[in-house]
Amino acid sequence: MEVVMAFVVGGMYAAAIYMMLRRSIVKLVIGLVLLSNAANLLIFTLAGMLPGAPPLIPPGATVPEGLSADPLAQAVVLTAIVIGFGVLAFAVVLIHRAYEVVKADDMDQMKDTDR
Amino acid sequence: MNMSVALPVIIPLLAGALSVMFWRSHFAQRALGVLGTGAMLAATVWLLMETWEHGHVVMEMGSWPAPFGIVLVSDMLAAIMVVLTGIIGFATALYSLSGIGKMSEKFGYYPLLHLLLAGVNGAFLTGDIFNLYVWFEVMLVASFALLILGGERSQMEGAIKYVTLNLLSSMIFLTAIGLTYGLTGTLNMADIGDKLSTVEDTGLITVIAMLYLVAFGVKAAAFPFFFWLPASYHTPKVAVSALFAGLLTKVGVYALFRVFTLIFNQDVDYTHEILLWVAAATMLTGVLGAAAHYEFRRILSFHIISQIGYMIMGLALFTPLALVGGVFYIMHHIIVKANLFLISGITFVMKGTHELKHMGGIYRTNPMLGVLFLIPALSLAGLPPLSGFFAKFIIIRAGIEAEAYWVVAVALVVGLLTLYSMIKIWAEVFWKAQPEGVEGELRDVSSGPMIWMWVPVIMLALMTVAIGLYGEPIYQMAAMSAEQLLDPSQYIEAVLGDSRQ
Repeated sequence: MEVVMAFVVGGMYAAAIYMMLRRSIVKLVIGLVLLSNAANLLIFTLAGMLPGAPPLIPPGATVPEGLSADPLAQAVVLTAIVIGFGVLAFAVVLIHRAYEVVKADDMDQMKDTDR
Repeated sequence: MNMSVALPVIIPLLAGALSVMFWRSHFAQRALGVLGTGAMLAATVWLLMETWEHGHVVMEMGSWPAPFGIVLVSDMLAAIMVVLTGIIGFATALYSLSGIGKMSEKFGYYPLLHLLLAGVNGAFLTGDIFNLYVWFEVMLVASFALLILGGERSQMEGAIKYVTLNLLSSMIFLTAIGLTYGLTGTLNMADIGDKLSTVEDTGLITVIAMLYLVAFGVKAAAFPFFFWLPASYHTPKVAVSALFAGLLTKVGVYALFRVFTLIFNQDVDYTHEILLWVAAATMLTGVLGAAAHYEFRRILSFHIISQIGYMIMGLALFTPLALVGGVFYIMHHIIVKANLFLISGITFVMKGTHELKHMGGIYRTNPMLGVLFLIPALSLAGLPPLSGFFAKFIIIRAGIEAEAYWVVAVALVVGLLTLYSMIKIWAEVFWKAQPEGVEGELRDVSSGPMIWMWVPVIMLALMTVAIGLYGEPIYQMAAMSAEQLLDPSQYIEAVLGDSRQ
């Protein structure tokens, strides 16, 4: 499973970077979304994949029995998803406003500040 | 339980929440702006005194013991940084009383200001690497919104570059956190530093270290990741520019200092050699960019980059004196750089432009402003007896002692070029006669509602002079922080304490 995930994550990073290198600002934002999801999947995979073993402590015990999935990594991923979503919402509004002001979906038209 | 380490984060969050509640009242928002940042400044000074006394102040959030819960840790470096945040936050809030305009206030300038300060302080004080990421994002989201207040075309274009590159660096940071967690199984920075010294696979550690270098290098605007900074910092309102210039890149520098002293100290020859090259290239490209430009705030933006190089040089040399120099440089730089941006705001009100070619003659009509400009400008260039002289002197002396002569040569040349472009601004804006065909003073700035713009400028200029003339206590603080940085076991001991073994 980890091997498959490694290829999935690698493919998502590659796709994200490719999208970010395009000139269209919409594709730029799609690239950012892919990148944040790829990073989340990476954390999820690196913490060790252990299906069917929730970290629940049986009554009377103080530690879970045997090996269990790592809840911390999942909490981290959850936080990162929420943050990523918030930032994405901002980025979408930003490109919409930028499109209204610049009247183009092209990074090459956005060079005014570099002169 | 010591509350002093949590207050610098809680106060701005509270002030921000309150000013959202008074959304329609400009007066209440302004009052909260000044009172909130003032209270934060007081809290940060208290924290500095506590840290000076105890060495480290640690607070476990929710009483979850480290390394399982999130800890807030204040060592000397973090305490110095939050005090500087307090100073710049307070100065900006005062400046905003007359410098920000009703429109920005209407769109939530003050709540965003408080949120940004909370994010910056949180990033300085947290002892948990993932929590650092969260504070980075808090700070970034607030800065995104502040950057586009006003909604002009240049702001949109600048914001797209700023947002994209900063989000990219956040994702690289998150990737690095994932790899660190996979390697050590912990997110607590002290625990990571402790566990990494037992990890066998030093190759992977170096790879992760480079990921952190890229992530924080983008935030700190180090070479070759600085492109977002000169593309965006000259576009927002001047008060926002000053706040960004003083604080945001320095959070990246702080993170570099933290990570490359506490966590990645295994292979110093390799990682810090790369840092040294980054530092030299950052200094040089920044100052050359500044020399080529004729827009007030763009020149200052490029100088931020070149000054970041000096700070990273202090970290890269990795000797006690060099770290003292690096920390001293951060203290000097934040005050001076924010002040220069604030002054560019005053000249903008007078002349209605930031283009050097269309300005002139201010020294004749307003000599006081000329003097106030010369203090930070000459300090930035490193002329004695101002603060920048001692900052540069310590770093260059550390470089000579470490026998890194080529980087010393670069630093000296960059100092000279800094003087050149500061003199360029002086000559164009203040000294030369008013160009023909351009109107004189648009507005009188020395009285009436504009008076608040002068207070923080004078305050920060006095601090620059004070650090120069009476630098001993500042040096002592920097020396204490350098000693702590070079001996990470103190930090690890303070955070983990008796929970080890």
